[in-house]
Amino acid sequence: MTEGAPERCANSERGLCVSESIEDLDEAPPAAETLPLDAWHRARGGRMVEFAGYWMPVQYEGIIAEHLWTREHAGLFDVSHMGQLVLSGEGLDAALEAVLPIDLSTLRLGQQRYSFLLDEDGGVLDDLMVQRWPEAVYLVVNGATKWDDMAHLREALPDAINLNYLDEHALFALQGPEAAAVLERHATGEHPLSALRFMRFGVFELAGVPVTISRSGYTGEDGFEISLPGDAAEQIAELLGAEPEVKPIGLGARDSLRLEAGLPLYGHDLSPETSPVEAGLGFGINKRRRAEGGFPGADRILAELASGTARKCVGLALDGRQAAREGAPVFSGNKLVGIVTSGGFSPSLERPIAAAYVAGAHVAHGTVLEIEVRGKRLTATVTALPFIPHRYCR
Amino acid sequence: MTTYYTQDHEWIEVDGDLGTVGITDYAQGQLGDITYVDLPEVGAPVAKGAAPCVVDSVKAASDVFSPVSGTIVAVNETLADAPELVNTDPETGGWLFRVTLSDPAELTGLMDKAAYEAFVKDL
Repeated sequence: MTEGAPERCANSERGLCVSESIEDLDEAPPAAETLPLDAWHRARGGRMVEFAGYWMPVQYEGIIAEHLWTREHAGLFDVSHMGQLVLSGEGLDAALEAVLPIDLSTLRLGQQRYSFLLDEDGGVLDDLMVQRWPEAVYLVVNGATKWDDMAHLREALPDAINLNYLDEHALFALQGPEAAAVLERHATGEHPLSALRFMRFGVFELAGVPVTISRSGYTGEDGFEISLPGDAAEQIAELLGAEPEVKPIGLGARDSLRLEAGLPLYGHDLSPETSPVEAGLGFGINKRRRAEGGFPGADRILAELASGTARKCVGLALDGRQAAREGAPVFSGNKLVGIVTSGGFSPSLERPIAAAYVAGAHVAHGTVLEIEVRGKRLTATVTALPFIPHRYCR
Repeated sequence: MTTYYTQDHEWIEVDGDLGTVGITDYAQGQLGDITYVDLPEVGAPVAKGAAPCVVDSVKAASDVFSPVSGTIVAVNETLADAPELVNTDPETGGWLFRVTLSDPAELTGLMDKAAYEAFVKDL
């Protein structure tokens, strides 16, 4: 899934950036809300910042340490700001297929799939996960977009479809090579947790608490996402956090992990100005839908699938240690050929990496380009995504 | 030698007309893991309030503003290979650049250590 952008500096024009609000200071934002695990994060030394309208931990001991811990052991992420929606009602599949390019006829109970909400021009309004529940479909959408998503869905779906926002549910992710061993110690259910493969989910209990666990995540590692009642959030965080393999991980490392894994971040690498094909997410346009169309922006997207796009989202590995950030222009010689949409230092590769939209003539792996950062040109090489191989349990 | 502090979380240690500039422990803590320091050119003139130096953390790039006007006479070359010194030793070994002061009167208006500590406490 998407998200986890660390703060941009609200006061970076003057002075060292020590503010971590992403809010525009000129417009007083509505006060951020607290999530069920707020006190637990603070007690664990989490540095809390406003993100997507909530107080969220950006880091505990430090982004690099948390990032590397997750790659080697298991990291516990609180992503309760994300929107958990349950849709049900007569004609649900047909109604949802009118707004998502998904083929729901092949999504069986217990399966999860990645999809997007598209606007009429094929621009991405959000990216999301879809689970087939008995008599229902469950969606996980981004925190920053969830209110717009709900308005869009309510508008687009017939009245017969019920839209239920699980606002009293928390969402955790347990990610890393030791996540499965940790969770197997505690999860009980109809099937053993080990039977769950990548992009499958099931209903389990953790210490007697009913939870839905999917084998998925946003780090490129094996791992799980756990939907649970908000009033049990602290109990479950204590339970998992007490395991020696587990440390709490903040939004900062969530962002660096997903960037290494080549996973897009909504609002940065994906937006209404980008199509899923440009983003390299054509796999999210399911086969039957490619043949039949009938989803928002189908004309543009099917044309792009057939004849390619003028630009593509690529990975860039930078020489040196200076990072390029979102918005940095990309050049081939004197020619402007692209723009960085995400960038930062990769703790695993110990070098800066970026995602950028680059004109089609310059997207071959190994192409050497330059990124302009603060008046300097940094050398960058187009690199296959992901930067770090995925280690999903398929 | 006297050390002064800015509201932007730089420190400057002044010895005669020579000032050594870095960022405070509070600042490094807020920025998090520092991965790169873009240092100024030796010999370059710098104006008070200009940003001759940039500190890159995993999260973001942040300007470091010069507390005084003058000329850059040295930079901390060890940071090229060990930018994390700014995290581990921000107020001594993690210094950033040295500047000759063209107008020592600019130091008035900066905070002393006690005033800075009180300032940070209120943030």
